[in-house]
Amino acid sequence: MSIETLPRIAARRRRTDQIMRGLVGLGTLIALVPLVLVIYYLLKRGLGAWSADFFTTDPTGNFIGDQGGIKSALLGTIEIVLLASALAIPIGVSVALYLVEFGKRSRFAATVRYFVDVMTGVPSIVFGLFIYVTLVLNGWLGSSFAGWKGAVALGLLMLPVVTRAAEVALVLVPQSLREAALALGVPRYRVVLRVVLPTALPGILTGALLAVARAAGETAPLLFTATIVKDTSFNLNGPMNSLPVQIFNDLQQPSDALVNRAWGAALTLVAMILITSLLARLVAKRSAIR
Amino acid sequence: MAAQASTAAPRRGLDQRSRFAQIADPAFRNTLTVVAALILVIIAFFFIFLIAKARPALAHQGVLSFIFTNDWNPGAQIYGAWPLVAGSLITAATALVIGVPIALAAALYIGELAPRRVAAPLAMLVDLLAAVPSVVYGLWGIFVLIPALRPIEQWFSDTFSFLPFVGGNVAGPNYFIAGLILAIMIMPIVSAISRDVIATVPRDHKEAALALGATRWEMLRIAVLPYSRAGIVGASMLGLGRAIGETIAVTLVIGNASVVGSSIFDQGYTLAAVVANEFGEAAADDLHTGALIAAGLVLFVLTLVINGAARALVNRAERKQLTVSAPEPAAAASAAVGA
Repeated sequence: MSIETLPRIAARRRRTDQIMRGLVGLGTLIALVPLVLVIYYLLKRGLGAWSADFFTTDPTGNFIGDQGGIKSALLGTIEIVLLASALAIPIGVSVALYLVEFGKRSRFAATVRYFVDVMTGVPSIVFGLFIYVTLVLNGWLGSSFAGWKGAVALGLLMLPVVTRAAEVALVLVPQSLREAALALGVPRYRVVLRVVLPTALPGILTGALLAVARAAGETAPLLFTATIVKDTSFNLNGPMNSLPVQIFNDLQQPSDALVNRAWGAALTLVAMILITSLLARLVAKRSAIR
Repeated sequence: MAAQASTAAPRRGLDQRSRFAQIADPAFRNTLTVVAALILVIIAFFFIFLIAKARPALAHQGVLSFIFTNDWNPGAQIYGAWPLVAGSLITAATALVIGVPIALAAALYIGELAPRRVAAPLAMLVDLLAAVPSVVYGLWGIFVLIPALRPIEQWFSDTFSFLPFVGGNVAGPNYFIAGLILAIMIMPIVSAISRDVIATVPRDHKEAALALGATRWEMLRIAVLPYSRAGIVGASMLGLGRAIGETIAVTLVIGNASVVGSSIFDQGYTLAAVVANEFGEAAADDLHTGALIAAGLVLFVLTLVINGAARALVNRAERKQLTVSAPEPAAAASAAVGA
């Protein structure tokens, strides 16, 4: 009458299972070690550099004495990234709209989709080099180095990220919504603009914010497009400072004060990126409830 | 009379659309198509411009000689990029050897073993590694990692000097440190995509393995890993593409010496690093600029080939699920995020 129990798993197999599960868990822990260390040192060295002056003064360029803060870099990063978003987001969303609403499974759409994927993997320095060759070397529109040229490089970098995220968001819009609108006699373009796009908006916004977060931290494309200057500039057609380039420049100086400024700027940059990413996650969560 | 007026007013049947829509619809469609074609135009432009600007240097040096000559000496107008190519390959290989097993472990743990409550925050933490900018990893590498690891590297180098590519004096910045930083940087993307691929393994396969008496590890080994192998290889190759193209962090921790080191604890240089470092001094010298653009071109072609193959593998792995079970939008969404 008693229920027959299954034979116990052989000791060797049980041990292997435990060891391998332990190793997999250990690997996961190891993966988190660098994150903890980087954040620890950023806070330890970066917070010390922060002060009111740090955010409100431009770098002086002096090697000794008062070396100034990061105001120009902070504002420059914001300007460049905003312009890059203004370029990349409309184009990226348009490409995604084409792929989902019109291209679908056509060969042309498949080709575009494939190259968008490929573009995601192009190193950021190649985008910078491309802009350097096409826009900077020949001194287009007066200035050789210019904030807007940096923005174009970052925009190219953001474009595939925005496109992919928007495509995923658009695919998730229920087909019945489109059909309902079309059945009411609404023209196609209005269906897309008034029904599909608003429904997918939270998802698109999430993707756009993640692209912004990625672009804000890029150094290589800005290094030889927007370059580095001391003063705060609102002229997008002139050289412009940015946080990553400022950090890159400072940390290579044989001066403790400048290295400190690099840590402070790095903490600022990471904080900005984290806030943007968190915002993206928040939007994503909101839209998931629907 | 009144009745006539109402019939005279323009009315359209159900099969007719407003005149505006008749124009606007195709215009809308065509505009979007043109914008989509822009992507292809940009990529084509990339090639044409980079090739055109690299031509003087490649003609001066010869394409094969550019890649395989072990002598990068801009002062003497000799541009043999082998030290750079070798450096890129050595650091990327080091990054894969260190990064992929850890990324895979994290993906397996988060996807299959971790309790649900822990899995989501863990995934978020691993993804956070991707939010740290390259220059910040470089900063951390120079001032924290290099001094901390140097004694350990020296001990390893002395103790295991019989191994190939090990031994001698450890340089502060070196191939290994660069590879280690790269491993950290590629971990989130390799892990995220592996996780998505692992999520496509049909539940039936896993339950069948467990029902046959497999332990959890055996289930992973016989059901999960074989099914997702192609996708994991693809994910690792995407990581490889990232590692080869990564610039700023590597520039800061590799030493920027244009020689091929004999040990992984020697200083070196990479294709991306040389472009970032030398473009300023090269601006006045067309040949030097051309050589740097040629280095960028090699980098571009290398990543294009690697990513093209990797994408094909990952896409196939993720498409397989469509025929087996309903698509999981979450997987696609996080793939986009990971990218």
